[in-house]
Parts: sequence; structure tokens; C-alpha cells
Amino acid sequence: MTKYIPTAGQTVGPFYNYALMRDGENDLTGGGKASGETVVIEGRVTEGSGAPVRDVLLEIWQANSHGRYNHPADDSDRGLDENFRGFGRTLSDEDGCFRFVTIKPGAVPAEGAGGSSVGESAAGGRTGGGNVWQAPHIAISIFASGLTRRLVTRLYFPGEDANATDPALSGIPEGDRERLIAKPGDGGGEKSIRFDIVLQGEGETPFFEE
Amino acid sequence: MTDDIEYRDYAKGAQPPYLTPNYKSTKVRSPNKPQYKLPRTLTEATGPVFTQDDVPADEWDLSTSATGETALGQLMFMDGVITDEDGRPMANTLIEIWQANAAGRYAHAVDTRDAPLDPNFTGAGRIVTGEDGHYRFKTIRPGAYPVPNYENYWRPPHIHISLFGRSFMSRMITQCYFPGDPLNDECHILQGIPEAVARDRLVMKFDPSVGVNGHALGYRLDLVLRGRRATPMVG
Repeated sequence: MTKYIPTAGQTVGPFYNYALMRDGENDLTGGGKASGETVVIEGRVTEGSGAPVRDVLLEIWQANSHGRYNHPADDSDRGLDENFRGFGRTLSDEDGCFRFVTIKPGAVPAEGAGGSSVGESAAGGRTGGGNVWQAPHIAISIFASGLTRRLVTRLYFPGEDANATDPALSGIPEGDRERLIAKPGDGGGEKSIRFDIVLQGEGETPFFEE
Repeated sequence: MTDDIEYRDYAKGAQPPYLTPNYKSTKVRSPNKPQYKLPRTLTEATGPVFTQDDVPADEWDLSTSATGETALGQLMFMDGVITDEDGRPMANTLIEIWQANAAGRYAHAVDTRDAPLDPNFTGAGRIVTGEDGHYRFKTIRPGAYPVPNYENYWRPPHIHISLFGRSFMSRMITQCYFPGDPLNDECHILQGIPEAVARDRLVMKFDPSVGVNGHALGYRLDLVLRGRRATPMVG
């Protein structure tokens, strides 16, 4: 019998941008059409030497403002937003800096399966009854020259009570946990948060097993 | 949920470790700390959805320029099937490929070495698979190129492949190589994969049946994305 073993990853290398990058893919709101609270995410990627890393491919994936994923596996009754796909891509510039414009996602259930039954209990409380909810968060994939394959992390939002009970954050020692919670940003006007990514060493970002 | 998919951990020997000392820049870019366990939630079980309408139909052919000119180099087809770990064909998989030209130079501002550019070759293509999980690109065989900051070290001819499967969990980027090239054995990136069988799976098979007689060579590469059905189908 043939065994189907997942294909090995390899580095994205330095020369991908003409193949993978398209204008506007770092704005998930479609120029402000998505419903919900607009958030600007800014950050910088650095390596173990402290130097910024350019041409890092960053992809984000998230639920809409109602906590619904635009994907058939999320068959809950939380509302879909036809103007929000939930996927964005960008690359870091010469100073290692990147920027996304998105909306703040709603809370989503912790379970991978049976989402609809969990969704129906939302009105009755978001952490009770064994139905664990995740704090609003954004999944992040990181690819770069010098990374042999993908790194995975998550961004959480500052000041969220639900961060204290989030199942993914809870698996991280307390001192490290705060590194996944974005800091208030310095952008004027729009709500702005800051999320720096340290690939190695002092202040290293916590990464998850794929 | 309509689609009950299980995602097992990647087998360690079949994936490259982040720290691969011969590949120099991994020394400052590989995390020092062990990775944390991520619960498999709806976040990981979902991901961006693509359909064949998302990609213009002509992007499967890298060898023909926008004005209809043919790129320089050895014409070839790259052909294969994308499955999950149960061997089921993966429909609606976005495949993006990119590569150097026949002289081993990328059409990229950062690649400034003195090999010629080909005005008829950009080196980027995209397709989305149909129900049978099949993909096919027409391109030219890329050249090898020397890597700066190393002593007479050349990357073997290779094609980069980016894949979006059915969810965030199956997102991956890889490279494929050509059979019999002596540079494969010297490649720090390919040889960074511990298991020989896992390395071999990234080497395309020469297969005239996917080429075109008198016109272009054929190479075959099947790809497997992570994910399998939790409950085996009966019958």
C-alpha cells in the first residue's frame, strides 16, 4: 500500500515576491468595506543578531467581527461577511517592518469540530458549561530566507479579559505569554496595535508547533 | 462540521529542522526555544478558500510571455497530483511556483549577478487544482546559480512551490529538484532534510509520458498535504 507522507517544507528563499505578492493583500478590509472595528497592525521582524530581517513573508488568517471563519468547516450560525475573507499577506521592508489593515476578529470556539453546537451556547456565556472560547486572535504564518520552513504564531489583543482563559495562551509560561499580546500602537486616528516578531534570542517570540 | 479532518504532527525526520548549520543564515533565524503545543481549533481547521476562478487560465504556462514569445531554455512540463495523507486528491489547492531562468537568474531586483535576464521569462505561475487534484505547468528548466557569501557553492536547479490546502494546518512552501543533478548532493537546503526518502520525494521523476513528443520534456512530482480523515471511509 502506498504511504502518503506529507511533503517536506523548504525555505521560501529571498526571491519570491514577484510570484506571491499582489497589491492590496495586506488590507483585509477591502478598503474599509468589511464590517467591524478597523485595526492597523504594525511590527518589525528581527533576527538573533538584533538586525531587522527584510523580505519576510507574513500571512495572517482570522475570523470576521462575528467570530465566523469564511471556510466550509465553520458551519456555525455566526454571521458571514461577504466583504471579509480573513486572509492577508505582506512582506517586510528593508527595515524589517510590516503593516496590515484588518478588523478585530470576534471570539471563536476552541474546538476544532462540532463548532455549531458550541456556537449556539454563545448567549449563555463564553467560558461556562465546558464550552471553551478563544480570545480574539489572528493566526500568523512566517516564511523567510534562513527559515527552513514555516513558523507559526498568534497575535492577541491588549486588554482582553478572555486572554486569561484562552487555551492556546494558557499553554505558554506566563513570562512568554505577554509576547503574543499586541501592544497599543502609535498610529493616530485608527485603532493601531504593534506586534514585533523576534525570530531568535532576547525577547524571542513564542512559536507553536505546526 | 461537514469535513472531519485530523491533523497529525509532522514526522520530525521528514521535515528540515530550523537550525541547519551548513545553511548559514539559519544560525541567526532559527528560534532557540522549543515550540509550544497549539490546540487544534477551528482557527487551524480553516484557511483561505480558493477556486479556479481566482487565477487566470494562462498562468499555468511560464514559458510564453505576455506577447506570445517563447522563453529561452529547455522546455518542460511539470505534472503531478496533490493528495492528502489518505491519498485523496486535493481539489481547490492554490499552487504558486517561481524559479530562475535558464541562466540561473531570477527576475527579481535583489538578484543582481551578471547572468543574463530573459525578457520573455518572468518565472512565476499559478493554478488552482480541480476535483482530481491534478496540476500541470509548462516552463523551462531553470539554471543553477552561485550563492553569495559561500565558497563556490551553487544551488542546484530547482523550482519553488507554494501550496494552500484545505486549511491553515496544511499551508506549506517547498522546492523541487531535478533527478541526477550532482548539485543536489551538495545542497544545504535539500540535504537539511534528515531522511533520504523525504529528500527523494522532492526530486522530480523524469517521465516522458507527461512531456510532449518533439517539443518539451516531462517531469512528474506528486505532493502530499497534511490532513487525513479521522474516521476511515468504509467500502
